Amino acid sequence: MVVTDKPTKIVYHRPQALENVVTHYCPGCTHGVAHRLVAEVLDEMGETENTIGVASVGCSVFAYNYFDIDFVEAAHGRAPAMATGIKRVYPDRTVFTYQGDGDLASIGTAEIVHAAGRGERLTVIFINNANYGMTGGQMAPTTLPGQKTSSSPTGRDVKRQGFPIQMAEMLSTLEGASYVVRRSLHNSREVRRAKKAIRTAFEVQKHDLGFSLVELLSTCPTNWGMTPPQAREWIDSTMINAFPLGDYKISSAVADLEI
Amino acid sequence: MAKELIKGNTAVAEAALRAGLQAYFGYPITPQTELLEHLSARMPELGRPFVQAESELGAINMVYGAACTGKRVMTSSSSPGVSLMMEGLSYIAGTEVPAVLVDVVRGGPGLGNIAPAQGDYNQIVHGGGHGDYHMLVLAPASVQEAVDLTVLAFDLAEKYRNLVAVLLDGSIGQMMEPAELPPMQPLKDDVPDWAVRGTQGGEKRILTSINLDPPAQEVMNLRLMTRWQEIEKNEVRYKGYFLDDAEYIVVGFGTAGRVSLSAVRAAREKGIKVGLLRPITVAPFPNDVLDELTEQAKAFLVVEMNAGQMLEDVRLVVRGRKPVEFFGRMGGVVPFPDEVLTEIERLVKEPLTTEGHPRDRWLARLRETIG
Amino acid sequence: MQQEVIIAGFGGQGVLFAGQLLSYCAMDEGKEVTWIPSYGPEMRGGTANCTVVISDDEIGSPLVKNPTAVIAMNLPSLEKFEPLVKKGGVLVVNASMVNREVTRQDIKVVSLPANDIAEEIGSPRSVNMIMLGAMLANMDLLSLDAMDRALDAHLPERHKKFLAGNKAALRKGAEYLASEPVEA
Repeated sequence: MVVTDKPTKIVYHRPQALENVVTHYCPGCTHGVAHRLVAEVLDEMGETENTIGVASVGCSVFAYNYFDIDFVEAAHGRAPAMATGIKRVYPDRTVFTYQGDGDLASIGTAEIVHAAGRGERLTVIFINNANYGMTGGQMAPTTLPGQKTSSSPTGRDVKRQGFPIQMAEMLSTLEGASYVVRRSLHNSREVRRAKKAIRTAFEVQKHDLGFSLVELLSTCPTNWGMTPPQAREWIDSTMINAFPLGDYKISSAVADLEI
Repeated sequence: MAKELIKGNTAVAEAALRAGLQAYFGYPITPQTELLEHLSARMPELGRPFVQAESELGAINMVYGAACTGKRVMTSSSSPGVSLMMEGLSYIAGTEVPAVLVDVVRGGPGLGNIAPAQGDYNQIVHGGGHGDYHMLVLAPASVQEAVDLTVLAFDLAEKYRNLVAVLLDGSIGQMMEPAELPPMQPLKDDVPDWAVRGTQGGEKRILTSINLDPPAQEVMNLRLMTRWQEIEKNEVRYKGYFLDDAEYIVVGFGTAGRVSLSAVRAAREKGIKVGLLRPITVAPFPNDVLDELTEQAKAFLVVEMNAGQMLEDVRLVVRGRKPVEFFGRMGGVVPFPDEVLTEIERLVKEPLTTEGHPRDRWLARLRETIG
Repeated sequence: MQQEVIIAGFGGQGVLFAGQLLSYCAMDEGKEVTWIPSYGPEMRGGTANCTVVISDDEIGSPLVKNPTAVIAMNLPSLEKFEPLVKKGGVLVVNASMVNREVTRQDIKVVSLPANDIAEEIGSPRSVNMIMLGAMLANMDLLSLDAMDRALDAHLPERHKKFLAGNKAALRKGAEYLASEPVEA
């Protein structure tokens, strides 16, 4: 250790909204990055102590152990309904759900579609890693055509198993959805863009402008059978083609929002 | 306050509102719909949240979320919708948050029909959702009782951090009777310590039903069961009619109970010493009074609008000491008093047995009647 | 003392409201009362009916197989409920809408052309009140004055213009007296 007498400047620290604990996420998984981005945004907005999170079922089932904020745990797919119940009772609190693709795009399609349709003042952080991570890498609604998973061992055959569901595109067609974008966590540039989108999404809620959702393409090296660098590369080379990054819905009120 | 002639569903809705209901989430289904409709007007009028959800699944999970804030919340539905809610009910029970469910029961199974029935007894009283939990179940037999028990439901839910169900059948939901509505209670402004609200500078709160460590989950289960024993000790409610000198005792809840009351009166006019035990809480079940009556009774007749669901709870208490007979109508058919009277008379005239199962004997008789 | 009334007819004949008015009146007179409609698919087409039970004591069943009085506003209602009227009870039949005589001899029967009467008194929508008046005149249940008070108190505001017509209809119906039952 080199001791200097130069004044120190803190350039990086754990956000107040995160607990100082070790997570259960696999090495190379970008859930941790997504958690951190949410936490940084809540801190920066001064909302950490005014926020109620809704965890879902999937790898992020224990998200509440990693955030230092009030949290509830929803049944599989029902986080938007549970969040609706909380937000209607507490309209002045920031309420967000943190859901994976099995949760949001499969078992919870009704709940997410209708929360968006009603224009619930919620923020949804939607982690898309193209498979069911927690249960060991089965095919998800977001699994790519041809992608091998533990329940599509020869690759997803679109004739028998259908096509991936593009949630951001689908939800963007709803009038109640004010801000719907897709970002990725596979490199530092995209991480910075993702944070900006998460900030916007929470600002949309804070300004009472309606439903906001940020879909984040996320790595799953363990279940994809890749190293973390390979997984990030796979997002860049392959997954992004099926799930193009972009702004799918920015209502005019959101476009006028100055952050 | 003066009585007003009011429909059961509307009365329950207005009673809940006056009991300080702070948020309602529901989904339309007959024969419960007037309840939701009434609140769709009244809740926004009072600046309180009302959401018509995308499904019963959505509704119960909205209730779950709102219940986690410690506010007075409820939903209402009818049989098929309540089946769909079972997931959420188990989670609510597993999270130990209070909530009220109103089930206006209709004919089933499946889509069934919209006529009054009591076929939800088992799914409400003996489970439905997964895991070891009990709902406290109130079974009114009149519009006034439905009003009073709805108010009570919120108090009990909060007292025990337990689910409370108000189990109506379609006829009480659709029926009009004079009833006195409670005065408007102010909304409670205090929030229980366990409720989420944002940390507001304090310690964070987590409300969850997951507990991956079996011994810890077992401790949680023990807590639930201990609480249930306390409820069993404190909250049994029933009403007895003509029981003092009764040799024959009819047991029925809700509409089957009041239909039986008519039959019991008619039988009394014929000189038969018969009484009626009408459980008001079907969970906890009035075991003790039934046990005492077993000493006094020559025989029991259980009357239900199902195939004998509460019957099993009665048999568990009587334990073969006295004959128990059963009469039920199913699928949305409401029995007339004269059918029950015939059964009472049969009880008196015909030789009785503690052998076999009363359901088998009833089914044999029913086949002769309805083919 | 308990009386049970079934009022039956086509949807749109004011069957449910007639039952409700009777119930309001009973409540205002300090009696126990239940009103229960038949509900469900049969409400479309077929007969609509409601059962009103009025008693001095806590009411048991809100449904009865053999009511003490039946108002049959049309033929299907007559077919369905004539056999069910309790012996010695009252059957009020809208003769304008049926093409046969009542066959029961052990009940009181009031037969009146209620549609024609309603036209005559210039109150075509008051058929239900005429029938109700005829029933009340022939049983010891509630007085016409009490019914007037119930109308005053409970007729929805938007229907207040029918108040006088309804009261007149009740009294017009009450002019029809029943044939006495022939003991078999």
